[in-house]
Amino acid sequence: MIPVAFDYQRVSSVDEALGLLATHGDEAKLLAGGHSLLPLMKLRLAVPSVLVDVGRLHDLSYVRDAGDHVAIGALTRHRDLETSELLAAQVPILAHVAGQVGDPQVRHRGTIGGSLAHGDPASDLPAVVLALGGTLVARGPGGERTIEARSFFEGFLQTALGPDELLTEIRVPKATIVGAAAVRNGTTGVALVNMGSTPLRASATEAALAAGASIGDAAAVAAEGTEPSGDLNASPDFRRHLATVLVRRALEEAAS
Amino acid sequence: MTVADAGVAGVVGTPMTRREDPGLLSGEARFVDDLVVPGALHVGLVRSPHANARIRSVDTSAAMALPGVVAAFSGADLRDEWAQPLPCAWPVTPEMLNPAHLPLAVEHARYAGDAVAAVVAESAYVAEDAAALVAVDYDVLPAVVDLEDAVADRALVHPELSTNTAYTWELTPEPEAVERAFAEAVHTVSERYVQQRLIPEAMEPRGVCVVPQPFGDEYTVYSATQIPHILKVMLGLSLGVAETKLRVVAPAVGGGFGSKLNVYAEELLCAALARRLKRPVRWNEDRTENAQATIQGRGQIQHIELAADGDGKIRAVRVRLLADMGAYLQLVTPGIPLLGAFLYHGAYDVPAYSFVCTGVFTTKTPTDAYRGAGRPEATYAIERAIDALAGKVGVDPAEIRRRNFIPREAFPYSSAPGLVFDSGDYEGSLGKALDLAGYDDLRAEQRARRARGSTRHLGVGLSSYVEMCGLAPSRVLASLNYSAGGWEAATVRILPTGTAQVVTGTSPHGQGHVTSWSMIVADKLGISPDEVEVLHSDTAVAPHGMDTYGSRSVSVGGTAVFLAAERVLTKARTIAAHQLEVAEEDLELSGGTFAVRGSPERSMALATIAFEAFTAHNLPDGLEPTLEASVTWDPPNFTFPFGTHVAVVEVDEETGRVDLVRYVAVDDCGEQVNPLIVEGQVHGGIVQGVAQALWEEAVYDQDGNLLTTTLTDYLVPSAAEVPSIEVGRTVTPSPTNPMGVKGVGETGTIAATPAVMNAVIDALAPFGVRDLDMPATPERVWHAIRGIGQEGRQ
Repeated sequence: MIPVAFDYQRVSSVDEALGLLATHGDEAKLLAGGHSLLPLMKLRLAVPSVLVDVGRLHDLSYVRDAGDHVAIGALTRHRDLETSELLAAQVPILAHVAGQVGDPQVRHRGTIGGSLAHGDPASDLPAVVLALGGTLVARGPGGERTIEARSFFEGFLQTALGPDELLTEIRVPKATIVGAAAVRNGTTGVALVNMGSTPLRASATEAALAAGASIGDAAAVAAEGTEPSGDLNASPDFRRHLATVLVRRALEEAAS
Repeated sequence: MTVADAGVAGVVGTPMTRREDPGLLSGEARFVDDLVVPGALHVGLVRSPHANARIRSVDTSAAMALPGVVAAFSGADLRDEWAQPLPCAWPVTPEMLNPAHLPLAVEHARYAGDAVAAVVAESAYVAEDAAALVAVDYDVLPAVVDLEDAVADRALVHPELSTNTAYTWELTPEPEAVERAFAEAVHTVSERYVQQRLIPEAMEPRGVCVVPQPFGDEYTVYSATQIPHILKVMLGLSLGVAETKLRVVAPAVGGGFGSKLNVYAEELLCAALARRLKRPVRWNEDRTENAQATIQGRGQIQHIELAADGDGKIRAVRVRLLADMGAYLQLVTPGIPLLGAFLYHGAYDVPAYSFVCTGVFTTKTPTDAYRGAGRPEATYAIERAIDALAGKVGVDPAEIRRRNFIPREAFPYSSAPGLVFDSGDYEGSLGKALDLAGYDDLRAEQRARRARGSTRHLGVGLSSYVEMCGLAPSRVLASLNYSAGGWEAATVRILPTGTAQVVTGTSPHGQGHVTSWSMIVADKLGISPDEVEVLHSDTAVAPHGMDTYGSRSVSVGGTAVFLAAERVLTKARTIAAHQLEVAEEDLELSGGTFAVRGSPERSMALATIAFEAFTAHNLPDGLEPTLEASVTWDPPNFTFPFGTHVAVVEVDEETGRVDLVRYVAVDDCGEQVNPLIVEGQVHGGIVQGVAQALWEEAVYDQDGNLLTTTLTDYLVPSAAEVPSIEVGRTVTPSPTNPMGVKGVGETGTIAATPAVMNAVIDALAPFGVRDLDMPATPERVWHAIRGIGQEGRQ
């Protein structure tokens, strides 16, 4: 459980980080809270030769009202999401879920950008941003671009971020809600954790709800089209079953 | 005269915070890995990725080429370092098969994690890189994973033995009585339970650092061990080094739970490499190595049968065990199931008894002692089985227990398997536990939920346990073929300045002996615990000891301390009487001062007496100078803590999730030296026992790969998973030792697992579920509810 030797660079600006990424290409990895990357490095499953520590880019830590949406700096810690009054008022599901991540120690270190960029289908925050129909802002050598959450997660631990890009901001629409579902503008977004190689929208459930189905009927199709894997925690069959139960409970909670 | 002196200061029995804690909490305590040893080399181990494989070749050249690497060895390179293989101190039968176990495998790796090569480097970082560069060519053989399959000898762990059966051990005092009881039984129960393997996850993994001394081929061995004294003997034998050349020190040790009651390959390896390279050599285990190469616990398949009369009174217990030894026999591996062999009748009066255990080799990590060691398994079997019997007889689980308890007036009670239970009041603890839990209300709530069709099912589980601890009377250990005694040594001295010093042979690694032993001495001498220094865990300071395991420390080691303090006091009284010119009987001790009864102005403080004993200017004729006494206590019997635990769970019918919502524990560990430490032990033990029921399992795949090698996969509970534990107690002093103490380190673990599983099964009763393998994961529960068998994973 000792990582392979690596260089460590702490940066004080986004430009500096991008410069190092440009120089080292995919040999480099960005380090934020370190709660996903460092365990992988200790198991030697990740062997970057350079770590670019963006953890002190404090100007990327914020939660701001941006009119129709809330803008969140990529380096905002889970603890800051959990305790944000703005989120509590405008996007309560995000504050709620951030408060469920790990334990207080983890929440004081982990960042929303790190969680999203890691692309772990078992993580909660990616699914919430997906359910909310969020937008991600990345900066690279060619400048800034926005990526819809829907097209951000490409595979197991794979995202649309290029090796020379840095996630800078997450934009989430203001939405009333809770559980694993989000409701905004009269439409309901439902996202699933651990039901495939990426976080997924429960499209069958969403379609059923849009067509006026009852919560029970909509939840019953939550696992449709998913291909969850089996592991020590659960078989694919059990995961499909749990998806229907938990989506129903989330919808009931959202409706109440 | 001692009667008047007892409990003078009233320290014993008072809850006191631990003297050890400030150092542990502030980081000042020094663990093996904290020791700064200039020039120390670091060992990196190459471990077999295969469960069963012949080693064709080991090529260390690439590792040797790495800058910072000092040496690299295959098992064959080090073969001549070993005077004896790794020790097994418990040959349970004369015929037991004990294949040679070398610190580095030479020709054959027998479990995934078996060390096959070692690199030695200037830093732990280089050592880990270098270990990855060692090329080992394996000839992979079939793994032997499943216990029932292993017995069939289809594939062999040790081909040279021609069998996977290490031994068969039987305890059936009267076979005909057992046969008769089953023939005449009105109700019988026949159950098969699986004790999954558990991984001891001490907060501090293992670590060892061996420092050669500058002169005379002497070595100081620092090890995260529970047994510095036993380790010293065994290291000497295995290395071919005189015991006088070895000093073993266990510095601060962060937990053990039995897993550090062993002599490990890495300890021998570091010592041999220090000898060979003439430099300090150290190794620290990482969490994955802890999972693979530290012993594991449990690992049994249990068949238990009960024969009962029409009222549910049990007439006979018959047990057949398959016990998973793993690939090799470690220090006490084969004896672990035998520590439970006497307890399969539980707290119940059972006249006929039969127990047979077959120890079986598999290509998995060796098993050995883990908190409770044999007794949790036994308690689980009888406590689950008696619930099954309650179902057959049609009475409440509390009632079936009452009908079968060894009655209070029957003590001392000679059990069918041959123990003498010294004391007990089992019905009393059951009654108290049921009261604390509000048992009748819980049953009413359960009925109400069932009646209204709630999908959150309430389950209530009982566990009335008795265990044997305080290991142990040396003669009993001899009868079990154990290779050591069960005594404990203590020295108490009062230094010239009046402070007391205790030297103990116990080796605390979280139990708080410094606090408890200082309380015993302070209480006896009438001084403050802060004036008592406790020395331990260093064979140069405490040369005699049998160390810490099996809930033995207070009843054996604490008793030795108590008796030594008593002897010191007797000598002090003699000196005081001599100098005050009165009869010894005329002196009374109060607040650390002897005063003449009726003339309090004529007195001598212990400190003064100590100084007089030190100068020896005016002692009675023939009395030796200094105020010091040493006692070695060999207990006449085990002690028998008991109690009843009540677990309350909620099972979510839709998700299979089990929530432990309440936990009530009533324990009787006799007199309590420090009730705060007792409560801490009870809490920790319970959580560890609950973990077996609900979360923890060492999972192997069919190829013998351990899948749960990190704490992401192996679910050790945190405070968040456990409700606030409601603790009650009864106090039945043990007549076996002068303080009336028993032992409490393992009771929680012994009691909790069956309490929780009985609660889960109880909750699932409406679905007709009668059994469930542990841990009761959501998926297992869900399958059980749906009537799907306990299918394999994935």
